[in-house]
Amino acid sequence: MKLLTANFLACAVKGCKAAASSYPLHFKDAELEMQEVDFQPEFIHNIIPRVDWEGLRVMANELGFPNIPGSKPEGDMLNDEQTLRDLHKLLLETHVVDGKLCCGHCGHEYVIKEGIANFLLPSHLV
Amino acid sequence: MSRPEDVLPPDLFYDDNESRKYTTSSRIRNIQSDMTHRALELLNLDAPSLILDVGCGSGLSGEILSQVGPEHSGPHTWVGMDISPSMLDVALQRGVDGDLFLADIGQGVPFRPGTFDAAISISAIQWLCNAESSDVSPEGRLRRFFEGLYASLRRGGRAVCQFYPKNDAQRSMISGAAMKAGFGAGILEDDPGTKNSKLYLVLTVGGGGLQGDITGIVNGMSDVDVLDARKRAMEKGKPSVTRKGDKAWIMRKKEQMTRKGKVVKANSKYTGRKRRPAF
Repeated sequence: MKLLTANFLACAVKGCKAAASSYPLHFKDAELEMQEVDFQPEFIHNIIPRVDWEGLRVMANELGFPNIPGSKPEGDMLNDEQTLRDLHKLLLETHVVDGKLCCGHCGHEYVIKEGIANFLLPSHLV
Repeated sequence: MSRPEDVLPPDLFYDDNESRKYTTSSRIRNIQSDMTHRALELLNLDAPSLILDVGCGSGLSGEILSQVGPEHSGPHTWVGMDISPSMLDVALQRGVDGDLFLADIGQGVPFRPGTFDAAISISAIQWLCNAESSDVSPEGRLRRFFEGLYASLRRGGRAVCQFYPKNDAQRSMISGAAMKAGFGAGILEDDPGTKNSKLYLVLTVGGGGLQGDITGIVNGMSDVDVLDARKRAMEKGKPSVTRKGDKAWIMRKKEQMTRKGKVVKANSKYTGRKRRPAF
């Protein structure tokens, strides 16, 4: 699973919709893999306004990338190719292949296996 | 021909064997690819986008999303959801580009509000019309799915869902649930009346200055007839000008009572006529 996708995930449990602590989900025992993807500056331009930067920083910290800039690159910074390439590498090329995603509110653990996260819920949590 | 929806729940029906058959059959692949291209045409995306593939299966349609060339404002990045582990396994073996999730769309869409530019779904949402256990209902599953989908699309986003309803009741149940969730909904039917007829539910999320509904989307496409049910519905909804107590009202009531078998006085020239004030 790409970090970009993980940034958009929310806990699926009913009671967690309104709780602030349910976002972002926290990685546990994560195993990472780099997969090369074609560089697409237009896509980064399109998606970056929707990325939750605080959530991304928390996740990146948990995965051991401490040197994330403190604020979201905006405006002119997005014309700099190096910034875009760094974002591309972090958001699209970094994949979590194994591990768990854990909700900070209800504590539900979503298992990730071979890059596929299991979001099936037992019916009493829906 | 039997419908797979009537046989088993989707996660059991698409077992290893069935998933492999589905993915390797060239007939199914052709149909799927035609439908995906049609859906892309209806989405009319103008930049490389993030797309949700609902019921992605083995990634047949996702593959096409990744292959869209830069001249058609691609390639798109996609995220797929499916309930069948075997299908996802086939997708893994084929090495698709999108991120995959094992999830039940009837339980909602587990993404933050405003995540996706668009969503597509090829031959999946009719499965929501089946309740596989006694604690869920088709209505509830459809509601959760469409509410989740509505929230996870950005304003001005679109979703195109191709589906095979069993009958007209299912068709209106699905489009009704979408409209209840807030979508602007319309149905595009390709090859109507033939064996190959395909239904596309085109959903729009308001705002963004786009021409909102399906009539705006198909505007400019050739060979499309627009049947607008809203005009008829509006005329039906118009309050009639008859007021309680006037002649038309009395005649209607008398007719109702006659139909019920009550004894009703015969109509005459005096029926429903105003009395003079002098009386």
